[in-house]
Amino acid sequence: MTNDTPNRILGLLLVLPALAVIVLLFVVPLASSVVGAFRVNGGFGFGNFIKSYELYTSDIIFTVVIVSLSTLLIGIFSIAIGGYLVLGENPRAVAILRWLYRWPLFIPFIVVGQVLRTFLAKNGLMNNILIEVGLITPLQATSFLDWRGIVIAFVWKQTPFVALLVSGAMAALDRSTIEAARNLGASRLRILIEIVVPQVATTLMVGLVLSFVTMMSVLSVPLMINAQSPTMITADIAFRINAYGDYGVANALGLISLVASGCVGWFYLRQTLRERA
Amino acid sequence: MTTIAASRPAFSLDLWWIPRSIALGLVAFIIFGPLTNLFLWAVTERWYFPHALPLEYGFSYWGRVFSPRGTAMESLTNSILVAFLTVALAMALAVPAGYALARLRLPLRALIMLTFLIPQAFPNLPVYVNIARLFYQFGLNGTVAGVVLVHVTHGLVYAVWIATAAFASIDRELEEAARSIGASPLRTFRDVTLPLAAPGLLASAIFVFLESLDEFTGSYFVGAPDVNTMPLLLYTASAGGNYQIASITAVLLLLPSVGFMLVIERFLKSDVLSKVGH
Repeated sequence: MTNDTPNRILGLLLVLPALAVIVLLFVVPLASSVVGAFRVNGGFGFGNFIKSYELYTSDIIFTVVIVSLSTLLIGIFSIAIGGYLVLGENPRAVAILRWLYRWPLFIPFIVVGQVLRTFLAKNGLMNNILIEVGLITPLQATSFLDWRGIVIAFVWKQTPFVALLVSGAMAALDRSTIEAARNLGASRLRILIEIVVPQVATTLMVGLVLSFVTMMSVLSVPLMINAQSPTMITADIAFRINAYGDYGVANALGLISLVASGCVGWFYLRQTLRERA
Repeated sequence: MTTIAASRPAFSLDLWWIPRSIALGLVAFIIFGPLTNLFLWAVTERWYFPHALPLEYGFSYWGRVFSPRGTAMESLTNSILVAFLTVALAMALAVPAGYALARLRLPLRALIMLTFLIPQAFPNLPVYVNIARLFYQFGLNGTVAGVVLVHVTHGLVYAVWIATAAFASIDRELEEAARSIGASPLRTFRDVTLPLAAPGLLASAIFVFLESLDEFTGSYFVGAPDVNTMPLLLYTASAGGNYQIASITAVLLLLPSVGFMLVIERFLKSDVLSKVGH
């Protein structure tokens, strides 16, 4: 190409405004949150982390356990859904499942919080139906609005997203190995675990890592379903700022959630690099 | 697959429908049970323990939400205003960027693509906290402009990535044909490239619109209490125990999202989808 240099400059000029928005309104505040976590009374130190550790250790553990458990369940359910969509033998059942599973995909977290808050309450529709059907007695009805409610909300909202990615990857697989295994008499469960899942592992991991990061920073679900202690770090960050204007501890907690997400991302990258090597 | 199913005797196929219907029924209950509960709350006048269903149905709360001087109407107009401004700004940034990323030679192209992914790859909450602090110094906190800027930052990922895929899926020869019969580059873009990319660009605009409409955390730190959006109204109504207002707001937020989910495949054709991220 003869007009390569002006072309490049034009390209950069076209991209620059959008890039500037990301850098100024995301990368800079992200950096200032990292710096702010170490800022104590004009100087720098670990004071904010010591305070976070003293006040919020149980919440930090609670957050990591809840998000990890949700990620695990999302993985299992999306493999099950994707697997049935690819290996299911009845076209009608497959079509019904394909129509069903996607509904929560675009429902915002705040709406999921409100929906499950009323559904899972002690006198919510779930317990009412179980009582009417006779599965439990009114005395056995318990509220699910604690850590279980948060896990249910996360799994309910994120499973369709990961299942959509995973089923797309599964549909793109070469069917001949599946048919060959089927002809040799392998069960569908075995085909799913030994042939299909290993081939879509990368897509599955991308979906799960993205879900993990998303769940780490959702504020509305813990606020609406369970704001009492122990709660998630996000609710603590909002509380530190609204009640005390304490940006130091808020940023320290933010950095902790960042590190947790970073660990998951690093684990994923190491895994993919090892596979490519 | 069909041959296996067809070779089976009919009665065994019927028996398989028992576990199948139980499993599918369970999935349907898990998905539609909570949604049914929401719609019930939206049309409830009175409902308290231990009644399994509402005691009285009606639309009086809808009247309250849509009354011209209610706070709900203000949040509704705010949300729609913010969403439209967000789409306008995000698309003004994303269309040139997407075209450049798809068509022009760029140094560090992969790095630029990844940069737009950053807001998805890091937890947003610590960032919003610090943006709120930054905006406070510039007087942007509690303004529509401030909320729009936060929403644009988050929406740009979808806008840029889908716009890039939309431009990349267009056959280059059509543009070259227009150029060879004497059209200027700008005219080629306006009359050939842009109309062909329109469905994909529309899809990315809808994505940005929904993201803005549903965004809670950024609006909570930057907008509240001066710029009230619908998610903020939902949160305050629900925290105040007003489940009817909260559920009506949730239904209003739900309808565009579910509507888009049902039609997304018409806008995002597989030729565009296969180019996403390339």
